Amino acid sequence: MSAPAVPLLTVEHLSMRFGGLVAVDALSFTVDAGTITAIIGPNGAGKTTVFNCITGFYKPTSGRLLLSHGTASSAGELDALTASGKRWRSGGAGSIFLLERMPEHEIAARARIARTFQNIRLFSGMTVLENLIVAQHNALMQASGWTVLGLLGARRYAQAERQAVERAKYWLDKVGLIERADDPAGDLPYGAQRRLEIARAMCTGPALLCLDEPAAGLNPRESGDLTSLLKSIQGEHPISILLIEHDMSVVMEISDHVIVLDYGQKISDGSPEHVRNDPKVIAAYLGVEDEEVEQVEAEIAP
Amino acid sequence: MAVADQPRPMASNPIVAALKDALGTALVALGLAVPILALRTEQNMANELVLQPRWGYVGVAVVGAFVARLFYLIVAAAPKRTRPVAAPGAPGVMGRAFAVGGLIVLVLYPVLALAVTGQAGAVKWIDNFGIQIMIYVMLGWGLNIVVGLAGLLDLGYVAFYAVGAYSMALLTQNFGLSFWICLPLAGILAAFWGVLLGFPVLRLRGDYLAIVTLAFGEIIRLVLINWVPVTGGYAGISGIPRPTFFGLPFNASDEGFAAFFGLEFTPLYRTVFLFYVILALALLTNWVTLRLRRLPVGRAWEALREDEIACRSLGINTTNTKLTAFAIGAGFAGFAGSFFAARQGFISPESFTFLESAVVVAIVVLGGMGSQLGVAIAAIAMIGGTEILRELEWLKHIFGADFEPTQYRMLLFGLGMVILMVWRPRGLIATRQPSIFLKERRAIRSDLVGEGRA
Repeated sequence: MSAPAVPLLTVEHLSMRFGGLVAVDALSFTVDAGTITAIIGPNGAGKTTVFNCITGFYKPTSGRLLLSHGTASSAGELDALTASGKRWRSGGAGSIFLLERMPEHEIAARARIARTFQNIRLFSGMTVLENLIVAQHNALMQASGWTVLGLLGARRYAQAERQAVERAKYWLDKVGLIERADDPAGDLPYGAQRRLEIARAMCTGPALLCLDEPAAGLNPRESGDLTSLLKSIQGEHPISILLIEHDMSVVMEISDHVIVLDYGQKISDGSPEHVRNDPKVIAAYLGVEDEEVEQVEAEIAP
Repeated sequence: MAVADQPRPMASNPIVAALKDALGTALVALGLAVPILALRTEQNMANELVLQPRWGYVGVAVVGAFVARLFYLIVAAAPKRTRPVAAPGAPGVMGRAFAVGGLIVLVLYPVLALAVTGQAGAVKWIDNFGIQIMIYVMLGWGLNIVVGLAGLLDLGYVAFYAVGAYSMALLTQNFGLSFWICLPLAGILAAFWGVLLGFPVLRLRGDYLAIVTLAFGEIIRLVLINWVPVTGGYAGISGIPRPTFFGLPFNASDEGFAAFFGLEFTPLYRTVFLFYVILALALLTNWVTLRLRRLPVGRAWEALREDEIACRSLGINTTNTKLTAFAIGAGFAGFAGSFFAARQGFISPESFTFLESAVVVAIVVLGGMGSQLGVAIAAIAMIGGTEILRELEWLKHIFGADFEPTQYRMLLFGLGMVILMVWRPRGLIATRQPSIFLKERRAIRSDLVGEGRA
């Protein structure tokens, strides 16, 4: 392992089959800490399936999904953990999680991966503020002594709730929704709902934020705002972002690292410039037959 | 363009259209009334079955349907008045004033009943009316946690009520424990059964969950019927000791409540005492529920009702969250059941049929899922309403001595529910009050609030 940065997420030989359909085929990639990684690819390439495997909503057919907080573990430690049948190991320099063994809520709570959804999933009958307080459930639950102390009116819970509101206010300010804090989330316009979903994910205090098509349905100005929001989140917080996006202007502007999928396989992996000039990517997007790829490649490369 | 602005040429006169529609309704009524109402079989003196035609009834039904439909269409066609938008915060203030007023009335209720009807009538009004309604208010509030907040449709709620009642009966009979010790035990046992039911059915949602809980309710009832050595089967359990006033029994003996306080013995004391016990239990349920709504677990219930997948993506353990809702809801049913057993002194499986579950679910749905006040009003209207319909003897003066008003109880009841569902499809109080706010508390429109079916 000669990479200078410690990979936060390591995906190794991830495969996901639905009956006879291979949605993701032996995919491997890494997400380095503190970077923005984009997964792109034509429709049906398996991008959302990869997301669902990482966040635990699908159990992968095979492969290892490793998330590490803190320093990297040696290969020996990893193999020991994998062989042990345990889901995670913590303590010492850091903790490592085998995501493929964990249920989705545990991934969110322990491995600290937060996500948004392609079709927005807000609590539309609750206010904007309530959405952000629900996101801090686990911390508040602990403060309320698993409800018992909170029911008796413990001061510790009131304090924790005030802190949660402060945190929610910070994120509302950040996404420009502070004025609408007491409105039901379902009443917000589409673009604001997208931003609220990101704020809600950030309220869980994640180490990795997974965004499934955050710019879908946004107008150019809104997606410009989104780009600057994501950049400022990444700049001001110790967080990595993994996003699926079709809007190439967003992808090329903010990504440190781009992975291109087609038919469940990785066809390109590298910096935005590298990917942009990769003939395989161009072929996949333009819909060229596999046999013609070399021909296209020859045509593009002088 | 001008073409778009032009009023569409009417296909026909609206009155003609309405008449046609009403005629169609009348035809449907005719189709239904002929097989149901037109002929009645009766035995004559020679013990033969003869058919007695009743075409008059059919005519009444058909004309009634025609007129009712026409009336509905006219009302629906009338230009809708736009309701003035209530000032922000006003519904909350109104609701608070209403709740406080209601509470005062409830506390003074036995005194009022005594003042209005005198000693003889008061027992009936406090017992059949007050206590009966309060039991259902409490059941409604308990089920409101499961159905209204967590969005889990539970059609077998009466099972936990039965567990509470039988726990009380068996513990007092077999171990000689007192009411006040059995009350919490019954609640705990019912909550335990809630968890037991919760575990296998948590994967299910919506209609599937409803069917499994319905089956669970029936299983409990059938066990009560068939496990004769323990439950006494159909015969039930009798001689359950009545609650005492902190050790003072309500009887005519020298150690009794009346003698201790130097009062003349009357059965009224026990009734009034029981009323205050169930009032306190119901208020406890309400207090706990209101408090839970502002705690993370309550917010997680409501979030679960809105979107379960989003909950899991935020690290909420939905299994545990649903289990707590089931357990707490069941626990309150257990309290209510144990009170019921102690009040009746006798219980049998007949008190725990599916109809009871249906009534409690109807109370929650009619009141407006998640609204404490709405549920209380719905319970008073439904249980009080059906009880009031027993008091319609005076109708005999109008319709003749053969007229039996109690027979029309369920008909009127069904009619009332249909009207309410047309008028207020999301229940009496359908708006949701947010549990926390930054600047001002504003009620949330019902069409935004989930019903736990998504």
